[in-house]
Amino acid sequence: MAHELTWQIVRVLLYVVGLIAFAAFNAAYLSLLERKIPAWFQLRYGPKEVGPWGLLQPVADGVKLLTKQLLVQAESDVLLFKLAPVMVVVPAIMCLALIPFSEVLWARNINVGLLALFSFSAIHVLGTMLGGWSSYNKYASIAAARVVAQNIAYEIPLLLVMVTFVMVTHSMNLFDIVQQQAGGFWHWYLLRVQASPLMPVAFVIFFICMLAEANRAPFDMFEAESELVAGAFTEYSGMGFGLFFIAEYANVLVSCSLATVLFLGGWQCPFGLLPGLHWFLIKMYALCFVVIWVRWSFPRTQFYGLLNLSWKFLIPVAFLHLVLTAVMLKLF
Amino acid sequence: MSTTAQSLHEEMFVLNLGPQHPATHGVLRIKLMMDGEYIADAESVIGYGHRMQEKMGENRTYAKFLPNTGRMDYVAAMFNTHGYVCAVEKLAGLRVPERAEYIRVITAELNRVASHLLWLGAFLIDLGGFTPLLYTFDDREQILDLLEGLTGTRLTYCYYRFGGVCNDVDDAFLAGSRQFVARMRARMPMYHALITKNIIFRKRCEEIGPITAEQCRKYGATGPVIRGSGVAYDVRKAEPYGAYPQLDFNVPVYPQGDCLARYMVRLDEIVESLRLVEQALDRLPGGPVMAEKVPRLLKPPKGDCYFNVESARGSFGVRLFSDGTDKAYRLKLRSPCFSNLSLFRECSRGMLLADALALLGSLDLIIPDIDR
Amino acid sequence: MWTYFKELGQGAWSLLVGMWITLRFAFQRPVTVQYPYASLQLPARFRGHIRLLLDEQTGQHKCSACMACERACPSGCIKLEGHKPEGATKRVVKTYTLDFTTCSLCGLCVESCNFDALDFSKDFNLAAFKKEEFIMDLVKRAEQERKK
Repeated sequence: MAHELTWQIVRVLLYVVGLIAFAAFNAAYLSLLERKIPAWFQLRYGPKEVGPWGLLQPVADGVKLLTKQLLVQAESDVLLFKLAPVMVVVPAIMCLALIPFSEVLWARNINVGLLALFSFSAIHVLGTMLGGWSSYNKYASIAAARVVAQNIAYEIPLLLVMVTFVMVTHSMNLFDIVQQQAGGFWHWYLLRVQASPLMPVAFVIFFICMLAEANRAPFDMFEAESELVAGAFTEYSGMGFGLFFIAEYANVLVSCSLATVLFLGGWQCPFGLLPGLHWFLIKMYALCFVVIWVRWSFPRTQFYGLLNLSWKFLIPVAFLHLVLTAVMLKLF
Repeated sequence: MSTTAQSLHEEMFVLNLGPQHPATHGVLRIKLMMDGEYIADAESVIGYGHRMQEKMGENRTYAKFLPNTGRMDYVAAMFNTHGYVCAVEKLAGLRVPERAEYIRVITAELNRVASHLLWLGAFLIDLGGFTPLLYTFDDREQILDLLEGLTGTRLTYCYYRFGGVCNDVDDAFLAGSRQFVARMRARMPMYHALITKNIIFRKRCEEIGPITAEQCRKYGATGPVIRGSGVAYDVRKAEPYGAYPQLDFNVPVYPQGDCLARYMVRLDEIVESLRLVEQALDRLPGGPVMAEKVPRLLKPPKGDCYFNVESARGSFGVRLFSDGTDKAYRLKLRSPCFSNLSLFRECSRGMLLADALALLGSLDLIIPDIDR
Repeated sequence: MWTYFKELGQGAWSLLVGMWITLRFAFQRPVTVQYPYASLQLPARFRGHIRLLLDEQTGQHKCSACMACERACPSGCIKLEGHKPEGATKRVVKTYTLDFTTCSLCGLCVESCNFDALDFSKDFNLAAFKKEEFIMDLVKRAEQERKK
């Protein structure tokens, strides 16, 4: 009995270390891809000098961030200031712990996995808000307030789509959801129009909401423009900023993994042949490519445009989807 | 309760759009009085780039001032030189040969296209879309290569001289210009599909930053700003100069007065400029490119004249007073960006900051042109 | 009601078209030139700093120190001196200093020369640690070119 318990603890610890390493490694190399992929779109080469193909560029960036002085203002709330980056990174990694990467590679398999995941991913909003507020900088506070408004607005269509999803799958266990999509790609939830004709639309809504939650793509008012200063992260330097950065990419990773697990069949092969971790990674990185692609193709929305999109378009469509699914479930 | 409401209202803070900009406007400082998210007042502080160009015009001979003209509005440098050269020619009574006039039109219109392409990239960056800048700069590179082959410089051309131009065009330039016109025409649908029809771009520009024709008249704004507010004023049609009377072109006018209207005016002007270049290439006459018997040291007779040209940003004017010596008595430069910027204070009242930045971007300001 | 759906549909379509355009560009070759590993061809009329020309037959300087360029320069960056060496019939340039820190590459000096003695060089890789390296001695540079 004790032997079983120690093995469980060791296993979880190994997974946590592995996931932190995975998240950090991905944050580093996604940031390189974030510079290489727009370079292809913009008819130029990206970073080339540091290492072949620029592969050592993230190392150089990391070293740069580590060597900067960590300035903390005297008037700022020091505890919250130092806690905020941690509060943003930790939930993202906890979410990663709940996602099944393949049949054998998962950290924790909880029966209410989906619910737990959304609960955890809501904490990062608080972290950003605290980061902005504790900076003792009026622009940072305004930017942080905007982030909260944006995230709240986009949580709602996200959760509506998820409620509909759970109605269809009858389970919140992520492992079971992936098992239900075994077979060929026609079994994937993306294409299950017999469950609800708006399933592909639900995927699009999910994707847009995840972009807004991660403060990316056309919804990056907070980090890009916000009164022409850097938003809630103005006062952070060095590794504090680095942690926010890692958190952003970790959030992107979580969103893409979740989209893969829920809608694209997780580790299942499109033709039902060789399921495994490689399919999961291919699908996840394809979605990451789409995230980067969307960011570099469009200008930024205005703040009220962003909120309008959520309250006036996404929520009605999500409700419609909910009603349609309920009707279909009742009838068929 | 009333005191808190009063103190809340008095919570206006000053935000500095400092002399250093993330965007490409240049060294311009705007003091914004913000009422929460809305702008209550905007005061522009200029002069960070004042180099006393007008005083230099008095200290140098007419010919020695030529390089200065390219340094004011460096993105559309041909127009400033054109205005100054034509003013001096008018005073001195020099007649420019036909071939030189047509060459001036070709180079000026190519420069207009280059300037609008740069504006387009910079405007999109202000709005947050970084990719179109690279595409416009790719097109602009073709123009710069052409003009480099002709004049030897890429940005600050010192190409026009009193009485004509300094070098004649060669076949490589003529063939290259035709190729460029064809290539640019084929690229315009891509820009319209990528930018103009994009819903996010439209939301950021449609009905944002309205400028009425009356406001333009009050502040003397010209160029795409006034043509985007419904007034069809173009110096090339109102007071024709050079070879423009013989060429056939339209002046795009959009009545809405918002940022999208000014954007569409500039994109349509690119197409019209391409048409002008093509016509001028077709009709290019032979002959000399420099007037005969232009004295080395020009001493125009006593008098004054005003000459304005349609620059990429508006009406650029030169008022020249000559007292018969080899140096001007007074050189006054009428800068289009100065008048366009003065619109900002009135038009940005009550706007959100992001929208005000879109308005500032759509005015197409080059700050060294304001400061001279 | 209809406009609501139309706007939604058209908007979504415009976004997809935009993404398709950027993706198409991703498959084109980059247009940038990797300077300094590769260089561009300079056009014939490229304006580098000026240089003194030598007569092809006699190998002497074409410049006869008439001072036209010094008078024409708007920035006062040209200083030259001429002399008449023994046994020669005409003046020849002795020293010619170009202060490149104030030169604006306007070309007025090249045009004002009555003897076609000035031309633009193609030198653009100009980086130095000291300002003095930009006070160019054009006579010396012409001599170095003659030796090549």
